[in-house]
Order: sequence, then C-alpha cells, then structure tokens
Amino acid sequence: MDNKVTNILLSGVGGQGAILASNILANVFVEAGYDVKKSEVHGMAQRGGDVTTHFRYGKKVYSPLIKYGEVDFLLAFELLEALRYINHCKDSARIVINDQKILPPAVNLGQASYPGDIPALFKKYFKDNVYIVKGQEVALSLGNAQAANVVLVGAFSNFFPEIKDAMWISALTDLLPKKLHGLNIKAFEEGKKRL
Amino acid sequence: MKKVLQGNEAIARGAWEAGVTVACAYPGTPSSEILQELAKYKEVTTQWSPNEKVAVEVASGAALAGARAMACMKHVGLNVASDPFMTLAYTGIKGGFVIVVADDPNVHSSQNEQDSRNWARFAKVPMLEPGDAAECKEFTKIAFDISERFDTPVLLKGETRVSHSDSIVELEERKASKTALGLDRKDASKYVMVPANVRVRRKIIEERMRKLEAYADEFSGNVMEINDSSVGVITAGAAYMYTKEVFPRYSYLKLGMVWPLPKKLLADFFKKVKKVIVVEELDPFLETEIKALGYKIFHGKDVIPTMYELSPEIIEKALSGKSYHAPRMKVAPDDLPKRPPNMCPGCSHRALFYSLKKLGAFVFGDIGCYTLGAAPPLQALHSCICMGASVGQAYGAGKALGKEGLGKICAVIGDSTFLHGGIAPVMDTVYNKGYATSIILDNRTTGMTGLQEHAGTGYTLTGEPANMVDYEKLVRALGVKRVRKVDPYNLKQATKTIKEEMETDEASVIITKNGPCMLHRREKRKFPYPYYTIDAGTCRGCKACLELGCPAISWVAVEGVTKNGKKRKGTVSINRTLCPGCGLCAQVCKFKSILPGKAGA
Repeated sequence: MDNKVTNILLSGVGGQGAILASNILANVFVEAGYDVKKSEVHGMAQRGGDVTTHFRYGKKVYSPLIKYGEVDFLLAFELLEALRYINHCKDSARIVINDQKILPPAVNLGQASYPGDIPALFKKYFKDNVYIVKGQEVALSLGNAQAANVVLVGAFSNFFPEIKDAMWISALTDLLPKKLHGLNIKAFEEGKKRL
Repeated sequence: MKKVLQGNEAIARGAWEAGVTVACAYPGTPSSEILQELAKYKEVTTQWSPNEKVAVEVASGAALAGARAMACMKHVGLNVASDPFMTLAYTGIKGGFVIVVADDPNVHSSQNEQDSRNWARFAKVPMLEPGDAAECKEFTKIAFDISERFDTPVLLKGETRVSHSDSIVELEERKASKTALGLDRKDASKYVMVPANVRVRRKIIEERMRKLEAYADEFSGNVMEINDSSVGVITAGAAYMYTKEVFPRYSYLKLGMVWPLPKKLLADFFKKVKKVIVVEELDPFLETEIKALGYKIFHGKDVIPTMYELSPEIIEKALSGKSYHAPRMKVAPDDLPKRPPNMCPGCSHRALFYSLKKLGAFVFGDIGCYTLGAAPPLQALHSCICMGASVGQAYGAGKALGKEGLGKICAVIGDSTFLHGGIAPVMDTVYNKGYATSIILDNRTTGMTGLQEHAGTGYTLTGEPANMVDYEKLVRALGVKRVRKVDPYNLKQATKTIKEEMETDEASVIITKNGPCMLHRREKRKFPYPYYTIDAGTCRGCKACLELGCPAISWVAVEGVTKNGKKRKGTVSINRTLCPGCGLCAQVCKFKSILPGKAGA
C-alpha cells in the first residue's frame, strides 16, 4: 500500500442522507485496511442547508479536510450542490451526481434562478468522468425515494472493483435498522447497475 | 477492537473507559452528541441539565462526593458555567472532574467565535486539546487522571473539526475509579470559599500550576517530531493535522496540553530547529505565551489568520507566500444561489413570525431554530445575543422607550431556551414593572441541536418519564398576571392576541400551544389536510404566500392570464412531497387560489 491518500467529497442538502452514505464509506474503507478520516458540519444543516462531508482514506491520513482543488471523487446528491464544489475537484476527478434539483430559498422566491445545464458544465471540464444517476427514480421504483442515497452509493461502488459487494452490504446493514435492510440492499444493487 | 468513531463519540467512550459515573450537559453544537452517546452506557448516570451552569454544579457535586464526573458544553456554554468553574479551580475536586468545551471556529452554528483556551489561563486550570477521535478518547482518559493527581478541574477542548470528525479508535475496557465515594465534613475549609479559605487555596493554585508545568514536559500528548530541522512548527489539535498534511517534512512540537505550556520541551525544540512557526486556530494564544517566555518566532499570526477556521490550503498559502498557486476556478461560487438553513415546511415558528411581521414589531430574539426568523423573506427577528437575552432586552428597551414603545416590542424564546435562561428576566420584568411581552415558542423539544429532551418535555435524556414544567403555572408564580395561550397556525387569532398584549402596559407572557417541532418523533400536530395545491386558473401571482418563506412553495415566472383574463407575471407552485398541509399559505391567499389536497389523489 503506497502513501497516497484518496479524497472523496460528498455534498447535498440536509435530509438527503449524505451522512449515512459517508458512514458507509468509512466502514467499508476501514474494513479494507485503510486509515480513514471524515469531517462534516452538523447542526443548522438539519434545517435544509447545504451539507458536505470530507472523506479521506489511505495508509495514514492527517487532515480531516480535503485541500481545496484536491478532490478525487465528488459524490453529489443534488445538482446545485455538485456545482458548488466544482472548483474543489482535480482535473482528473470522477464525478457522480444525483439527477435531482432542490430549489434554494432565493430561487423559490423568484429572486435568483437555478443554474442551467449543470451536467453539461461538468462534462465540459471532466469529459467522460461525469456520471448522472437518477437516484430518486430508481429508489421510487423500489418503493421509497428515501433510498436514493444508497442508490448513489451503489453506483459509486463501481469505482472500487477491489472491494467486494458483500463488504458494502455488510457496512450498510450494520448502519441501518433491520426493517430497512431489504430495501437498501436492493437500492445498492440497482445503483450498482446504473454506472 | 478498532472502530470508526466521531470525536464526540470517542470522548464519551473515553469517559466511560475512565470509569465516569455522572455526566451532565446542556446540548450545543458541536458538543451535543457526547451525552447522547454516554447515555447508552448503563454504568453512567447521564442527564440534560437546564443550562451549563447547573451541569457544572451537578457534575462537580458528584466529583466532590468522589465520583468521576463530566460536564459537556459548547464554547458559549462555558460563559454561562464560568461562575462555578472559576471557583472550582480553587476548591479542587475529589473524584476526577472534566469539563468538555467545544469551540466553533468559522461559526458554523453559534453566536460568536470565542477561543476557549483563554478560559484555561484565566481560571488557572489545565486544558487538553485532541486533534482527532483517537486522541479524543485517549486525552479524555488522561484528563481524569490529571484531575485526580493534581486536584483540579481539567478542560478538554473540542472543536467542530475534531468533535464532528470521525477516525479510527482502538476500544478498550472500562476501569472503575479508585477514589472512594463519600463526603467528609472535615474537608469544609477546602470547599467553603470564604475569604480566609480562599487565600489559602489561592496559594495552592499557584503551586499546582508549577507542578502542572513540570508535568507538561512529561505529558505523553506533547510530542516532538524532528524531521527537517530548518523549520519547526509548534501547533495543536486540528491545526497540527492540517499543517502536517501540507508540510510533512517539517519538524513539529504538537501540544496535546495547550495550558500550561511545557517549558523544557519548548527550550529543547528551539534548540533543535532553526526557525519556529506557530500555527494555531483563532487567537495568538500559544504565540503570545511563547513570546513571553523570551523566544523569537519566525511566523505566527503575522501570516496565519486570527479568525475563522484553518484548513490545509489556508496554511499552505500562508506559509508558502508567493509560491502558492491556487487551483483554476471553473465557476465563481459567489454567483451561485446560497442554501442557508430554513425553517422546515409546516414549522409553527414560521406561522408566529408571519404574525409578528404583520404587526411590525421589533422582535428581540433568542437562540434556537426560531433565530431563522431573521432570514428573508420573514425578517421578523431583530436581535439575538445569547441564551435568554431576548426577555431582558425587550424589557430594557421598554424601560428606555416608555409609553412610546407600547405595541412595538416583544421577545421570542424557545421552550428549552426559556428554561435555560428566560425565567429570571421574566421575574425581573414583573418585579421592576416592565411591560414586555415574552412569547414562549413551545415546540416541545430542543429543536436546533437535534431534538433533545428538557425539563418541559416530560422525559429524561434516557427516555424515562419525568416531571413536565407547566409554563403557565411557572410564570404566574413569578407574578405574571397576563398569560395567554395561542395556536400559532391560527394567524388571525394569534396576531390579535399578540397585538393586545404588546399594547398593554404590563408584563405578559404568551405561550404557543399545539406547535410541536415538525421533526418531533413523539408529538405530532395533525393538520386537517395532507397537503395543499395551487389553483393555477385563479392564482394572480401576487406572491403573498411567498412571504412565508416556505420551502414547499416556489415561484414560476411564466407570464400569462388567469381564467378570468387577469394578467399575471407568473404563478406559484406547491411541492406536494414537501408540503405537510399546515395551511398557512391558504390563510394568506387573498384570491382563494390555494386549496386543500385530497389524500391519495
């Protein structure tokens, strides 16, 4: 194992389940033998504000925060919240975005407009490394839109072929109450096919 | 066994492993999770206290009785608890006593950005500063040992990027405290802080600080790493993690104990490295002390910011100067619409603030979700200082304005905040003949910090049924004659009641009823309809409903005409999945264009 540290930025809106997703990543990469660090802002984020989680793994990780411009993977649960962190990504970054718009207050009030074609903008800079996933649609087809976060995790897991599905699923089931296991395992598996 | 823990969970685990038996707190970001986590361990008596002062008093009482005890709070909480804290430094303890104080650099969720390290110097007590979850656990355990060995309260400093960061922690077993339980009346001179005893204890504090300084030189958390000896960095906590990340080859003196400083270790470090840089978040605390010892530093707060939080790139930029190249900017982030926190759809606070806005009152606010009433479009909250300040400020403003202020002033304070710091100022308003109207926004929980129980909810931290404060009886006992209850969702009635009370030249209290937090798991308000919809044919696009600032309502700018041929610049749309059916928008619509939706339709 070399000393390279991999930087994953998760972004979304409070209530979308970005924190659960980052907890799954933490469990998986610890199980795979890495040092991990994760940092998030709680508190007011619960009230519909933007939420970001910095997640880092490698042989030895010091900073819980990713250096500006050093993001290797962006996992965004909402389109505008993806765009907000575009500058944080390396040119070689791989980007997974949930195809969902949640309007911020100024847009609701008609005082600002929601930015235009966000996927196209990402593709301009990151070419084929941009993946748009219809998380809500997939989760809804399984019976619960809330599982969109796990659909995204499933899609994201494709970037780590060395980590077996069983490890992702065991991290998932460790973190969720039993009654949600069936739905979320399906969400993970369906998500995995979407990338 | 290894486990990924959040800093706060690791502090809880460390306290449990250290044999703590009593722990108290008032919730406050970023410290709230410590007690919630500790409550899972059956060996520990955990409780939400009404405020941080009480938490420190209760925990220190347990420590005086020989138990290992802990009190946890956010940075501003220690301001509230500073009275017992400052004098507990004189009495010392018996069982280990640790106060966790969590700072919030960059003010993610606070009313100020104070640097808690100053409390350690001020009170003359040691302070440990962990940099990640593993250190959180380790330092918490050591803090209890230091407390007993030196007979002192110990401060453990958290902060957002440590308390709310996760990393790998090695779990160990619990060890019971060796200190015997019991109170001895013969110890009175140590605990009765009257002048004659204080003067004795005062001297002991000075002696204790010298012993602690010597201990700092051997403390395992003060670590010297000599690599490239041309540059040495003195740092602590999260700042160490950021600096080490960008300058791995520099030499380091990482201070796990930020007060008192290890004098021999510092002397040794200054001998071993050529240039010394001090990297610390917020105040030049270490820098000032190191300079006072007579050392010259190469860089410190001349380049490192004295405000907001640090990060790897801020440190890299500060220390590399002109050789720093920022990554290419693809989008100007300031051009993107912001996403500030907002009250939830259906929140009872939104209803109340809408009424207050219509009344044009100057609203003295307080700490909680309802502080969001200051944000557009409501903008119906005009001051927010600290827990409980709203009531006293409203009363004081009334004293200054006299009759001119009648009908123009009120205070809003949440249920938990009222119990924390609002009772005494209500009593003062009555006693000193003020006329302020205080509105207790009773949402049945401590909302902003994540729905914690309090003395008014009827349940304890561990979920046991408990006494429930009756706010009406309480304020009547304080002497308030005019006590009204309002349903905030009935805009007309609520507005009328508030107006009457604001115009009355006598102290009054209004308590909101039937408005539990929308995220409340136990209590729910039942709305008559599952959601509301817009009648697109009659909507005139007047935007009256948008004034509520409800996340479920949005503007659709498409020019057109209503079915009666009235021109409009657009319409609104209601997001059915977000709308809980509170019906406020239907109450404010003059054109009856907002209609109840049917279940399953």
